[in-house]
Amino acid sequence: MSRIAVLSGGHSLERQVSLKSGARVADSLRALGHEVTAIDVGADLVTRLQEAKPEVAFVALHGRDGEDGTVQELLEVMGIAYTGSRVSACIRAADKVLAKHAFRDVGIPTPEFFAFNETAFKVLGAGQALPEVEQTLGFPIVVKPASQGSALGIKFARSTSELPAALVAAFSYDRKVLLERHIAGRDLAVSILDGPDGQAQTLPIVEAMPEQEDFYDFESRYEIGRTRFACPAELPAAVAAKANELALAAYNVLGCGGFARVDLMLDAQSSELFVLEVNPIPGLTETSLLPQASDAAGIDFDQLIARIVAAAIS
Amino acid sequence: MKSSAMRDLMALTERPDVISLAGGLPDTSTFPPDSYASLMGTVAARSCARALQYGPTEGLVAVKRCITQVMAAEDMHVENAEILVTTGGQQVIDLVCKTLLDPGDIVITEAPTYPGAVPTFCAYQADVVQITMDRDGMVIDELERKLAELEQAGRKPKFIYTVPNFHNPAGVTMSLERREALVRIATQREILILEDNPYGLLRYEGEPLPTLYSLDNEFVIYASTFSKILSPGVRLGWTVAPAPVLAKMNIGKQSSDLCSSSVSQYFVEAYFDSGPWEDYVRSLIEIYRKRRDVMLDALAENLPREARWTHPQGGLFLWVTLPDYIDTTDLLARALQEHVAFVPGRAAYLDGRGGSEMRLNFSGVDEDQIREGVRRIGEVIREQVAMYGTLTGIAPSAPLGARLTGSGTSAKRAKGPTPDPQPAAPDAELAKVLQMPRKRAG
Repeated sequence: MSRIAVLSGGHSLERQVSLKSGARVADSLRALGHEVTAIDVGADLVTRLQEAKPEVAFVALHGRDGEDGTVQELLEVMGIAYTGSRVSACIRAADKVLAKHAFRDVGIPTPEFFAFNETAFKVLGAGQALPEVEQTLGFPIVVKPASQGSALGIKFARSTSELPAALVAAFSYDRKVLLERHIAGRDLAVSILDGPDGQAQTLPIVEAMPEQEDFYDFESRYEIGRTRFACPAELPAAVAAKANELALAAYNVLGCGGFARVDLMLDAQSSELFVLEVNPIPGLTETSLLPQASDAAGIDFDQLIARIVAAAIS
Repeated sequence: MKSSAMRDLMALTERPDVISLAGGLPDTSTFPPDSYASLMGTVAARSCARALQYGPTEGLVAVKRCITQVMAAEDMHVENAEILVTTGGQQVIDLVCKTLLDPGDIVITEAPTYPGAVPTFCAYQADVVQITMDRDGMVIDELERKLAELEQAGRKPKFIYTVPNFHNPAGVTMSLERREALVRIATQREILILEDNPYGLLRYEGEPLPTLYSLDNEFVIYASTFSKILSPGVRLGWTVAPAPVLAKMNIGKQSSDLCSSSVSQYFVEAYFDSGPWEDYVRSLIEIYRKRRDVMLDALAENLPREARWTHPQGGLFLWVTLPDYIDTTDLLARALQEHVAFVPGRAAYLDGRGGSEMRLNFSGVDEDQIREGVRRIGEVIREQVAMYGTLTGIAPSAPLGARLTGSGTSAKRAKGPTPDPQPAAPDAELAKVLQMPRKRAG
C-alpha cells in the first residue's frame, strides 16, 4: 500500500467539480488501503507535498493549472510520481487549438476551425477577416475559449451580428479563442483507460442527450435532469468501432497516458465522426462520464482508481 | 435552478483573496464584541435554561415586543398575536410558498427579483411571472396588463412578491403612487402581496415612504428581519399576515423547525433591553451611506459611458446594466482573474433575462476595497467594450469620471453617467413623498 496525495480544488473555474472528484478518489483510495493526504491545491502546495512525502500524487484537478501541465511540471521537479498524462500531453490537450492542429496534421477529422489571439484583433485588425471566417465555417459558429474545460464561455453565434459578442465572451476566459464549424448531431464521449499491460483501451461509449432538443443550449448538456446519458450508446457497430479508433488515435497523437476522455460529434447528416477535444483529467464524480463508462465495462470505481494509480507507478 | 457552471462560478467568489461585491452581507464587524459578551452574559444569568430549551412556534412574547417597536419605527402598529417569529426573513418566503402554492401556481415578482427567492420559488415549482421595474419600482401598467391576460386565461396569481424599499437587487424604491396602486389592485382582485422589507430602516437620503402593509393590511403579508438592523447571525425574522394565512404558516413552521432559536430570541430580548436599538442602526446608516457614496463615485470614475446604474436611497445594493453584448456571467469569470466578484444578473431572473446586468453590494467590504473592487470591475468592462469596438468598429466612450475631471466639477456622483434609472435629484413622484407625515418610535 502506498502513501498517496490527492490533489484537488485549486483556483480554476472547475474547482467545485474537482473537489467532488478529489473527495471521491480519496474515499476510494482509503478503501483500497492506501494512506491518503487530501490537498486543496494552493500557494502552500510544495510545502504540503514536502510534508506528506507521497509516493504518488493523484491529480484530480480540472482546468487551468491542474490539467494544463502546470502541476505536472511541479511534480516532475519534485520527483513525485503522478497519475494521468505527462506534461507535454497535458499542454497539448488542454489547449484545444494545439490539439486540433495535432489532429489535423495526422488526418484525424476535427471540425473546421480558426483560432485567434487577442492581439490578432487588437493589433492586426483580424476583425476585418471575420467575413472570410464566416464564409468558410458557415453559421452557426461555435466560439470557445482555447483552454476552458467546462461549458463556460462556449457560445453559438447564429449570425454575423452575434459573432462579436460571442468572441468577447470567450475572451473572458482566455487570451486565445477558437471559432469552429458547428456539427449538428450526436454527442459522444469515448473514455480511455490504460490496461495493466500499458496498452490504452477504450471503454463503452457514452452518449449525452439533451432532454429538450436545442442545439444552442450547450449548458443543458451537462446539467443533471436536463441531459440523459446512454451507456453504451446505441450505435451501429461500425460507427462505434470508428469512434473508438479515432479516440485512440487522438489520445496517442497527443501522447496521453493513464486515462482520458475524448469528445466526438457524429454528424447527423453525413454520419461522419469528428473529434472535438481530449480531456486529460476528466471528471471523476458520481455523475461523470468516465466512471459511467468504466462501470459499463465491469470495472467498478475502486478498480478504476486502482488501475489509474498502478499506471502512474509503473 | 441556476446551472451547475454558474453555481461553481459563484462558489469561487467566496475565496478569501477575492474582493467580493457579490455578497449581501451586513458588516457585523461594527458590533462591539464587549456588548455581545455582556448580552450573552445577561442571557446566561437571566434565562439560561429557557434559552437552551425549545420555545413556542410563534416566537417569544419578549421578541414580539421588540418587533412591535421596530415596526412602529416604520409607522406600523401591530399586536403580538399578529406576529410569527421566523428563522430569518428567508423563512417567511419559504412558509408563504409552502402555505399557498401548488406546483404550477403563479407568483408575480419584480424583474429582477431577490436572487435568494429564486431557488425557493423553483423548489415549490411556482410559475413565476416577472414584471419589469423602472426607477419607481414595479411597472404597474405592465402588472395590470399581465393580470388581465392571466384572467382571460382563467388563471390568478397566488401572490405578488415585492421588495418596495431599496430593492434587492435593483436598488430602486417603489414610489408612493405605485404603492397605492399596487395595494388597490391587490384589494380589487383579492390577490395577496408578500411585502419583503428587510432594508426599510437603512435609508441614507430622502424621506421614508409608507409600507404596503401600512397602506392596507387586508391583503398584505409583511416580512422583515433583524438581519440588517442587528445581525444576520441571530437568524431571526418575522411576518405579520392575515389571520388565516398566519395560522397556516404557523403549522408550516412547526413542520419546518418547530421554533426559531431560543438562544437568539433571548439575545434579541437582552439587546433591546440594553438601550435604544436605533443607535446601532444609526451607526450602520452612517457607515453604509459613506460606502454607497464611495461606490457611486468609483462607478462614475471607472465604468465606461456605456454602463448605467441605479442610485439607491438606502439598502445594500445597486444594479448595473451593461451593453447587451457583454455577458456578465462570462465577465465574472474574467473579473475573478482580477480577484473581484459581483452577482451576474441572470441570478435575479427566472426567464433567462439579465444577461448583461449585475448586482453590486456596498455594505460588506470597507471603502478602500469598494474603490479597488470597482476599479478592477471597470477595467475588465472597459477591456470588453474595447474588444467589441475593435471587432465592430464602434469606438468605446471614455468613463464619465475622466471627462468630468477636466471640467473641474464634482457632480459626477449625483448625475450618473447616462440617463440614470434612479437619479439622485428627487423627481415628481418623490416630491410628493417629501410631504408625508411620519412618526418615529423611541
